[in-house]
Amino acid sequence: MERLVVESLNHSYGFTEILKDINFELNEGEVLSIVGPSGGGKTTLLHLCAGLLDVEEGEIKNSFQSSAFTFQEPRLLPWKNVIDNIALGLLAKGADKNEALEKSQQIAIQFGLEKKDFHKFPKDLSGGMKQRVSFSRALVIKPSLLFLDEPFSALDIGLKQELQTHLIELIHQKALTILFITHDLMEAIRLSDRILLLKAEPGRIVKHFKYELPQMQRDNEYIYKESAKILLDQQIIETFELGIK
Amino acid sequence: MKFLLKIIKDFPAYLWSGWGALASIFLFIACWDLGAQLYGELVLPSPLKTFATLSEMLQSEKVWAEIIITTKRAFFGFLISAVIGSVLGLIAGLFATASMMSRPIVTILMGMPPIAWIVLAMIWFGMSDNTIIFTIVVASFPLVFVGALQGTRTIEDDLKEMCDSFHLPPLMKLTNLYFPHIFSYIFPAWVSALGMSWKIVVMAELLASNNGVGAMLANARAQLDTPTALALVVVMIGTLMLIEYVILEPIKREVELWRD
Repeated sequence: MERLVVESLNHSYGFTEILKDINFELNEGEVLSIVGPSGGGKTTLLHLCAGLLDVEEGEIKNSFQSSAFTFQEPRLLPWKNVIDNIALGLLAKGADKNEALEKSQQIAIQFGLEKKDFHKFPKDLSGGMKQRVSFSRALVIKPSLLFLDEPFSALDIGLKQELQTHLIELIHQKALTILFITHDLMEAIRLSDRILLLKAEPGRIVKHFKYELPQMQRDNEYIYKESAKILLDQQIIETFELGIK
Repeated sequence: MKFLLKIIKDFPAYLWSGWGALASIFLFIACWDLGAQLYGELVLPSPLKTFATLSEMLQSEKVWAEIIITTKRAFFGFLISAVIGSVLGLIAGLFATASMMSRPIVTILMGMPPIAWIVLAMIWFGMSDNTIIFTIVVASFPLVFVGALQGTRTIEDDLKEMCDSFHLPPLMKLTNLYFPHIFSYIFPAWVSALGMSWKIVVMAELLASNNGVGAMLANARAQLDTPTALALVVVMIGTLMLIEYVILEPIKREVELWRD
């Protein structure tokens, strides 16, 4: 089975300790969220897991065959049109060019892009459309592990829900494992099997939450109820400094 | 190839958009004619006289030979500065120390008046082609160098990280990320370097050569032949406009389609 194991991971920038003694594991088919306040080292942790930063202390074992990354900003190449941007990951894996373009067009349609947008450059796309392209680019390579770095934070609620529904379908088909970082608890509850709470300065995991109900069956009522419950948790109040009036 | 076809396809539409530019040129010529009527033919020959002289000049093979000599020198100088400037700029851009160290040198090169270079070059190389080409290179090289340097320095870390997250192989990273970005800086730098070469070549020839358009200009001055002098100016400007608006601008438009 493919899995990602993080063992006694420490990380610092200069003398500032960013992450301290992080331990967790992520198994195939699971969705794991790491929630915490901004500046708490979430992005650093994700970058370490994705291999975008070098591990200094501790160990990260990643046996997933392939992975993709979706960033907070779309990060599209401005000189490439929509389809060429989507095909980037496929071509990097050595896919045949025509096949890559074909697949890219298919997934673009699935993600709500229209044929007339295919040859537009990023400058002509709205923020939401850019994020659709970014998701298409990540998912077209059929990654077994997907890293999400708060990709929904700048989107309107409608689009947020639409993209999350896409992911939930993939989760339901057991086609995807996700490591998700966010500061939005409702988002985390909607998508995750497990949530880890990362407290800041230095970033350390202080609590685990587990959600058994399959994502497909989580309706708004369930999400609101669980959100209300989690917001009363003492650790959550302390970590997000909710007590300060 | 596809790219070239697209440039050719869009060319008529581009030309059609030139009516406005043409109108402003004609307005300029009208003002020129007014000046000629006010100050007389000796000070400022009329456009008609100038163009008549020009067409007469262009009948002579000797004049064409001079124009070709000048073009060759300018182009050669431009080519050298484009190649050296691009390569050195890229290298300097890749290293923080190199780019820091090169900045004051570039400021010195840019700040030094080309006329001073000509004097030095004449002492070093005498009245030869080398003097002229050296001056062109030294004047236009910094422009290319700065363009290449900035292009390399300004690649966004965010995009680099994105490319790494998709495990782009080094060659693909070069062609998909580095080249397009750097090119968008270097191409305009080439265009200004070419313009610079074209201006410097005439100046250098005027002072340090006995052939080429610059030397003809010096002759015209010595004989107070204002119509010929103006006709030569028209040749220089005409050639530059032809290169810039007929060749470079259409390419630039296609290459920079993705820009805001």
